[in-house]
Amino acid sequence: MGETILTMKGIDKSFPGVHALDHVDLEVRRGEVHALMGENGAGKSTLMKVLTGIYTKDSGTITYEGKEIEFHNPKEAQEAGIVIVHQELNMMNHLTVAQNIFIGREFMKGAMIDDARMNVESKKLFNQLGINIDPSEKMGNLTVGKQQMCEIAKAISHQAKVIIFDEPSAALTEAEIEELFKIIRDLRDRQLGIVYISHRMDEIKVITDRVTVMRDGGYVGTLITRDCTKDDIINMMVGRVIYEDPKTKSMVAPDAPVVLKVEHLCAGKMVQDVSFELHKGEILGFSGLMGAGRTETARALFGADPKERGDIYINGKKVDIRSPKDAVALGIGYLSEDRKRYGIVVDKSVAENSTMANLKNFIKGIFIDKKEEDSVTKTYIQRLNTKTPGTDQLVVNLSGGNQQKVVLAKWLVKDCDILIFDEPTRGIDVGAKSEIYHLMNELVAQGKSIIMISSEMTEILRMSDRIVVMCEGRKTAEIDIADATQENIMHAATMR
Amino acid sequence: MQTLKKSGSTRKFDLQRIVVLGVAIVLAAFFSIASKEFRQYTTIVTLLDSFYYFAFMAIGVTFCLISGGNDLSVGTGMVCYAMIAGMMVKDFGCPVWMGIIIALVLGVAIGALNGVMVAIMNLPAFIATLCTMLITRGLSSVVCSGASISWPARASEEGWFRNIFKYMMPNALGKKTPIPTGLIVVIIAVIIMAFILNKTRVGRYIIAIGSNKEAARLSGVNVVKYEMLAYIISGLFAGIAGIAFAASNASSITASSGLGLELDAIGGAIIGGTSMTGGSGSIVGSMIGILILALLKNGLPKIGLTGDWQHVITGVILIAAIWFDVIKNRKKA
Repeated sequence: MGETILTMKGIDKSFPGVHALDHVDLEVRRGEVHALMGENGAGKSTLMKVLTGIYTKDSGTITYEGKEIEFHNPKEAQEAGIVIVHQELNMMNHLTVAQNIFIGREFMKGAMIDDARMNVESKKLFNQLGINIDPSEKMGNLTVGKQQMCEIAKAISHQAKVIIFDEPSAALTEAEIEELFKIIRDLRDRQLGIVYISHRMDEIKVITDRVTVMRDGGYVGTLITRDCTKDDIINMMVGRVIYEDPKTKSMVAPDAPVVLKVEHLCAGKMVQDVSFELHKGEILGFSGLMGAGRTETARALFGADPKERGDIYINGKKVDIRSPKDAVALGIGYLSEDRKRYGIVVDKSVAENSTMANLKNFIKGIFIDKKEEDSVTKTYIQRLNTKTPGTDQLVVNLSGGNQQKVVLAKWLVKDCDILIFDEPTRGIDVGAKSEIYHLMNELVAQGKSIIMISSEMTEILRMSDRIVVMCEGRKTAEIDIADATQENIMHAATMR
Repeated sequence: MQTLKKSGSTRKFDLQRIVVLGVAIVLAAFFSIASKEFRQYTTIVTLLDSFYYFAFMAIGVTFCLISGGNDLSVGTGMVCYAMIAGMMVKDFGCPVWMGIIIALVLGVAIGALNGVMVAIMNLPAFIATLCTMLITRGLSSVVCSGASISWPARASEEGWFRNIFKYMMPNALGKKTPIPTGLIVVIIAVIIMAFILNKTRVGRYIIAIGSNKEAARLSGVNVVKYEMLAYIISGLFAGIAGIAFAASNASSITASSGLGLELDAIGGAIIGGTSMTGGSGSIVGSMIGILILALLKNGLPKIGLTGDWQHVITGVILIAAIWFDVIKNRKKA
């Protein structure tokens, strides 16, 4: 490790209603790989966006190569030598590799672009990195791993001194990860400063020199990787104290019947051989980090995405769910994590949304029975304590929490016995949050069963009777609430 | 390893282009065999007469499509520019060369308006150019007070511009043989625009924008400027098409004669392999697509089918072309 090249000190950033970064420090030296770790929403990406000028910081200082600086956009940062290799690659698939690397700064021969020279220069870059990619190949024909190598080559060609890798390994195969590590080590030897964002604990131990841990937008600490254990890092990631009365034991009767049984469910890379059971009156929490495959599992189960393999049993009977229509007919309701896209029709009224999944019970002859629709909607507005001026209010005008209640009403009107809550309280304020929790508890008390996908550890520990932990498309643990701790959940969530 | 010979725009084996070229050849051969009338020289010259203006429109539209947009205003625009410029020549005594410049300037102006709406105001290209399609259609009627316009006849002193597209060469019999010189103009335009598309920054950035606009922006490409340029190019070529339209139309031009022509131009480009989702396409491909449509339009009546069949068959071919594009994209995803 050489001298310090980049210091971020006391970085503070607030968005309306959220204190995203609370005086965070980060120091990167030449010739080191510095891991940046934390749970979902800990503020890692926000910190990097502040660094590269996508967000403006509220306070704090950034010192780079001995000078205090502030970038206004990613291009300025790039010109100064700070480059991000994004998880979602910013590539133009229709252009060739070389054309992508040199986009915006082509070599010219008069008015003509000198593609031949760009190919030669790209080949030189690849040779430096020891990778074999044909620069005249169309970017879209390369694998994700190869595309990432191109992004790295592009970063190098910008004379980068600090390279930030944002979850680089998430989409790569084992062999590609090996190659990536080889390149990263090589860059380290060339005295570049590298920030490595990842959830994979094992990788952190293999590739990084130091680890900075963030939690809830705050700075927790920096460790030297070889002097610490995986457990040390996990403890720093989850070691929060504020706890809203976690559940201590399961509320489900030991002999409660199994209402839903999923066996060996497979659907693409994100759902691999997932099996679990859901009991009557149970809240089954699904925990895991971003990209663990929880939503994908729910969507495959619900028939929203095609599944490759796997059996689903409802009340002991094998069922065939090919589309959401089948799932709904079998009494499964899905409250999407993305309400606006999948949960509600925002420019329709509360009443129209409430009866949408069960419209056929509101038909008289060929017309929709508006009176019946209205009265049923009113019942649910009262039951769920939805704050709306009336049943004909457009859903778009309601707050997030009340929109969520309308979605819930929709599935209750349909009388679903199995409800899948995907991030039920995302974007909902604290008051509405506890109301949703209250409702969920009421529903299971009535004998309904709930699968709750949540990225909030507090929520998982507060609501679940049992917890399934997933990591990269696989189920890595199933923990009874009595035995669950933040540590053992996080351990399973970073199993790789 | 410095033995890189391939240039950046290396064309790997492109199945669609070969299939489309094959279809064009088969159609030409079929009509030639099936109809004696079709194989005659005059039929081919007539076919080419209507090929020119579609070709120019398609060249411009190809740029818009590659940028990820579209330009529905080329058909009515072309007629609008031809009529307004023609009126200036006929009624206000402008020399024809000035009329030509007026048509081009009008095209660029409407193209710039499209560009502003799409690139700066961020209106969906389909809607923005649908509006300019209505505007140009209305303008041609309003400006010419609903009358039809005819450009100077071939025999007249100012009729020289018609020779650009069809030169009447005196022959041994004392008559005149038409030479389709417009083909040379189209070929020159294709070469220049293919060069711009594949070898200059303008083309490179338009492809980049169509492929991944955000990535292009983050790479420091002035996306507003180059997206606008795509529409200006399209407008300019609608202007050129207007002149070709005027030159090949012996009779007068009416405001309604441009209706639906944009669909042939866009359809031809898509049949020729230009992607509906942006990022890829070629000028030569679009030309082959337009040629197929011209063959159908002129060939079908010769084998006893009405021109309406052309629409049916064009529709079917378009479905095949778009489906091909969808499959190609799905494979990549």
